[in-house]
Amino acid sequence: MTALLHFLNPAKTFKHGIHPSEYKDFTKDLPIERMPFVDEYVLPLSQHLGAPSKPIVKAGDKVFRGQPVAEASGFVSVPLHASVTGTIKGIELRHHPTGKMVESIVIERDPFSPQTLYNEKQLDWEHLSPPELVQFIQSGGFVGLGGAAFPTHVKLTPPKGKTAKFFIVNAAECEPFLTTDHRLMLEQTDSIYLGIRVCMKILGAEKTYIGVETNKPDAISRLQATVPSDLNCEVVPVQTKYPQGAEKMLITAVLNREVPSGKLPIDAEVVVNNVGTMAGIGDLVRFNQPLIERVVTVTGPGIHRPANLTVPIGTKLSDLLAYCGGITDDTRQILFGGPMMGAPQVFLDVPVMKGTSGVVCLTEELIRPRHEYACIHCSRCVEACPVFLNPSRLGQLARVKRYEEMINYHLMDCVECGSCSYVCPSNIPLVQRFRVAKGMIREKQARKQ
Amino acid sequence: MKTQPLLLSTSPFLKDATSTPFIMWQVVFTLVPVVLAATYYFGISALLVTGACVAGAILTEWVFTQRTIRDGSAMITGILLALTLPPGIPLWMAFVGGVASIGLGKLIFGGIGYNVFNPALVGRAFLQAAFPVSLTTWSPQGNFSGFWEVRGANFALPFMTSTGIDATTAATPLAMMKWGNQPTGMMELFLGNTAGSLGETCAVVILMGGLYLAVRNLFNWRIPVSIFATVFILASVLHLLNPEAFPPAIFHLLSGGLVLGAVFMATDMVTSPVTPLGCWIFGIGIGILVIVIREFGGLPEGVMYSILLMNAATPIINRLTQPRIYGAVKETQ
Repeated sequence: MTALLHFLNPAKTFKHGIHPSEYKDFTKDLPIERMPFVDEYVLPLSQHLGAPSKPIVKAGDKVFRGQPVAEASGFVSVPLHASVTGTIKGIELRHHPTGKMVESIVIERDPFSPQTLYNEKQLDWEHLSPPELVQFIQSGGFVGLGGAAFPTHVKLTPPKGKTAKFFIVNAAECEPFLTTDHRLMLEQTDSIYLGIRVCMKILGAEKTYIGVETNKPDAISRLQATVPSDLNCEVVPVQTKYPQGAEKMLITAVLNREVPSGKLPIDAEVVVNNVGTMAGIGDLVRFNQPLIERVVTVTGPGIHRPANLTVPIGTKLSDLLAYCGGITDDTRQILFGGPMMGAPQVFLDVPVMKGTSGVVCLTEELIRPRHEYACIHCSRCVEACPVFLNPSRLGQLARVKRYEEMINYHLMDCVECGSCSYVCPSNIPLVQRFRVAKGMIREKQARKQ
Repeated sequence: MKTQPLLLSTSPFLKDATSTPFIMWQVVFTLVPVVLAATYYFGISALLVTGACVAGAILTEWVFTQRTIRDGSAMITGILLALTLPPGIPLWMAFVGGVASIGLGKLIFGGIGYNVFNPALVGRAFLQAAFPVSLTTWSPQGNFSGFWEVRGANFALPFMTSTGIDATTAATPLAMMKWGNQPTGMMELFLGNTAGSLGETCAVVILMGGLYLAVRNLFNWRIPVSIFATVFILASVLHLLNPEAFPPAIFHLLSGGLVLGAVFMATDMVTSPVTPLGCWIFGIGIGILVIVIREFGGLPEGVMYSILLMNAATPIINRLTQPRIYGAVKETQ
């Protein structure tokens, strides 16, 4: 049946993958609204992949909205900026969305401040050289807003001898429930194209492709209608299929080429960035506004008033839920990120971070615990895996902890998208076991060195 | 804020609705029309034999492990076993076959998911070895008018020799072909109006069941397709070489247990390969073995042994046909 649909639907895509229910109707037609300021914001020093930021303020300091409060501690690191004008309450251990306690800068808002930007000015970016622009983007604290939070300036700095011929903007938004990128594409097209212009200049890329899933026809037509005529940029509708938004899958869909195993997209002459990051960079060069706020989809059957919200980084989950009318009594799980790759939260005082694309409240009926059966070798996982692994075999090996042997079955190429666990009729926690196995293997390798 | 605790688990949080019991029960439902077709030709005996096999299978599963009794897999094994048996078989033998299927075919390997061989065929092989005469005594087909007429020796008592065995027997199309060189009409074969096992009869009903399972993505279509294709090609080549000695390909496709075996037995997920290439190899292997046994072996029918042999080869097929991974780089050695 699905094969027939694919045949009739010519949109580009990758092989395999799954079709979970989309659940985007909760918020896809709701314009982005700005959440009013609250009293306290928490900025964990570790919000991105790479070294944590180093604080440059101390308790009692007055800070302005947009002022740096922590600096990058290396190349793969970014600074942090105050998301509101107020006073530093302290630098202390706070709950972090990963479940750990992490050093965080806590800011108490000044209730009488007008919350204007610290250093608002129009930037003459066209006269800056690519290295200066990279520097500028790092100083703005930019990381990938799609979820992984990898520092943007690192991606925009290809290693010596490698060039990015193509720049791909990831606007697939394949996670169910989330509509953050969808709304951005409808409402902030100018910023997005400005961000693309800056990135193309840095990379010297020949052409930019914006990959959007076909379940967002309004976003596709809006983007197509507003492409600046002097920009070599093409909007590519891609099939609505999970994990279309995985970097490697999007590259395959758009360019019909693969990233070599164990290598980075740049080895296929491509750099991929999230569309939200483009809008952010656009705002950076337009208003000199660093990454101090982001759009978050608060959604799911468990929230009373679903919404797409612009919130300052560091907004606590409890404040966010309260603003959206609170959660229903049968809510059993609150996720940061989408339901396929997101992380569940058990403390309501965790803050929205730079990489938090959504808050999904799941109710009892969606997360019913399921009985685990033995693997019946139905091969659904083999036909779902977007990187063509054999999860059935890997799962058997993981069950008996034969981790070393799993390497021969290409465990390290697993992108942890969770498609195998999704389709498994025996409810075997495949990807969960693969994550454990990868962790064990990495630990063992680290010990050897 | 809340009284109920929030659950801590790891992604993904959404789950496809298809579950293992759902798949198993779907197969059971597609087997119902096949049993009904058998009932049309063999009357009450078809239901009695099926009931005895299912009872043996489910009872054995229940005695040893109550854990998996609800998933429907023992039910499938029981029905499939019955479909491989002659309608006139003594019921106690059918029951013993059910016990052997689950006991020797499934539970000693560790239950569902761990068995190497198709349990129903293990049961059938056990019966064939233990009671060769009863397993090759075929009652002639009839229709609804003889519904209440008990075929063969259904009610024979255990180990009482030859008492009550009905004299009316018939030969299967394959046996007639092999030893008498008498072909059977194609339409008869297609509709199942021949002597044979319960499930060797109505090809059209089985094919429709297979089509349903394929559309619902509940079995691997590559296996039956490759079996049919291989048998068709090999049989055609032989028929072209010597039309006197070898029957046409269509005869091979529609006679014996080929359709039942290809659609419902070779496709047993547990005992067939998981990789797409592996499924093609598996199906082609079965097709070759079927023709070799039928045309050059000492038996008229070879579907059961072909499938069991390829079941044994499944682990190695899986190992040798690992899919090419995304972004695989040519290894330089």
